[in-house]
Amino acid sequence: MPSVDLSEGDRAALDGGNGEAAAIAMRIVVEMAGVIEADRLIDVTAAHVDSCLYHGIAGLEFAERLLMAGARVRVPTTLNVGYLDLLHPERYRGEKPTASNARRQMDAYVEMGCRPTWTCAPYQLAERPGFGEHVAWAESNAIVFCNSVLGARTARYGDFIDIAAAITGRVPFAGLHRDEDRLAKLVFRLEDVPERLLASDALFPVLGNLIGREAGAGVPAIVGLPPDTSEDRLKALCAAAASSGSVAMFHAVGVTPEAPTLEAATGGAAVPEIVVTVARLRSARDELETAPAGDRLGAVSVGTPHASLSELERLVELLGGEEPSVVLWVNTGRDILAQAERRGVSAALEDAGVRIVTDTCTYLSPLLGAVKGPVMTNSGKWAWYAPANIGVKVVFGSLEECVRSALAGRVVRDERLWSDD
Amino acid sequence: MTEARTLVAGEARGPALILVEPLSFWGGVDPATGDIVDVHHPQRDANVAGRVLVMPSGRGSSSSSSVLAECIRAGTAPAAIVLGEADPILALGAIVARELYGRTIPVVVAPAPAAVRTGDPLNVRASPDAVRID
Repeated sequence: MPSVDLSEGDRAALDGGNGEAAAIAMRIVVEMAGVIEADRLIDVTAAHVDSCLYHGIAGLEFAERLLMAGARVRVPTTLNVGYLDLLHPERYRGEKPTASNARRQMDAYVEMGCRPTWTCAPYQLAERPGFGEHVAWAESNAIVFCNSVLGARTARYGDFIDIAAAITGRVPFAGLHRDEDRLAKLVFRLEDVPERLLASDALFPVLGNLIGREAGAGVPAIVGLPPDTSEDRLKALCAAAASSGSVAMFHAVGVTPEAPTLEAATGGAAVPEIVVTVARLRSARDELETAPAGDRLGAVSVGTPHASLSELERLVELLGGEEPSVVLWVNTGRDILAQAERRGVSAALEDAGVRIVTDTCTYLSPLLGAVKGPVMTNSGKWAWYAPANIGVKVVFGSLEECVRSALAGRVVRDERLWSDD
Repeated sequence: MTEARTLVAGEARGPALILVEPLSFWGGVDPATGDIVDVHHPQRDANVAGRVLVMPSGRGSSSSSSVLAECIRAGTAPAAIVLGEADPILALGAIVARELYGRTIPVVVAPAPAAVRTGDPLNVRASPDAVRID
């Protein structure tokens, strides 16, 4: 195994000079450096930690072990979603001991000095990493967004290493921290995709699903997306590509900051190309679904990843003051909710009976209860994970189709969106 | 050809479970039972506990480290994991289980052992410098 070249500070931390928790954290960082064959560690300026989400006793015991050992984060650290909606605790329908463990785990990370942001979309917070900045982010969708859209640099950090990086302020210098690993090795070229599909938000999670399937863990470049593609749409692409595959970065030529041209994205190398046609997109959409579109709906869930303020505003606009006939859930971060409250957006949603979830997500936490019928979503990630996590069947549609369907209580979709001409 | 490499050292034996597609432990494996619950996975309902899990790569969520650590704690983890390409997220789950509970499972990168089928007994010996699968 190649050895890692450690700084004096790294060695001091390893030897317990910064306390027991820092030594545990540094052991994890150094061992990971070995796993990914990094030859040294570098500083990070910030971290986003996903370890706060309860998956069982091991994660809780890890957090409390660190806390008992005196853990404090060294860099500004935001927290991902937890298992509980702390602002709306009355909606929780799971078991009490699980809630109590999950709460202890969330509290432990706050006590370590992490900010209780409880969001899977830390890029929607006021302070976010700048271009070229090295950070340690966990949460698969956020990792892709950070690298691709912000042009900041994070490897694909997971639970445990995220908080270890936050405590030590150090990460292995490998993967997407390095220039050469950020170049595209595969191109997806959109060909003859009609304007109306390019203009629909439904395209992005479906394209993400297709890209994740084909690209695996590689860095792809996408050619053919509109130059004004919004962050909300890129977010949907990120989340889907990190669910069906292990994509941690993509380039959208003419859209994302490291891809002004295809040559810039690939470094000038010749790379294989996959042509994306409407037919391929249709089958990628069908793959997201586990229920036939004819059924009466049980519920609708949007906001995975957490809805932005503009998505919440769009939701109000699409509802047009009407009340859905099945429950419409929307997940968002508490910082976004605070902005929505100031603008009267959340009041408008609540008046329409929309259930706003913060701090967690409807596919993670037992919130939906018994739903009679499939659940419609505009999220590729939700479609991917909800069937196994909460045992529902899923129908996919754009945000607009989700709202129209929620109003009608059954799937309302414009199938012409996916036709060839 | 994949070069064999130890990600997490250890020794284990068990019947092989050869996965035809990558599996995300988070959302894909129930840590209470070791069952594969990912509806998109062709081998849904297979059980990973005590198996030598052979798969092309890890996939998806960065929470898989937690789920693997929990499987190791709960005794529902595979006996060993043999990957076609390195997956630091799974390695991390095994590293933290060792830190917390003093026990772990070997995680290695190695070419899928030729002519081995699901159910065949496999023995994995992974030291920092060498991997042996037979």
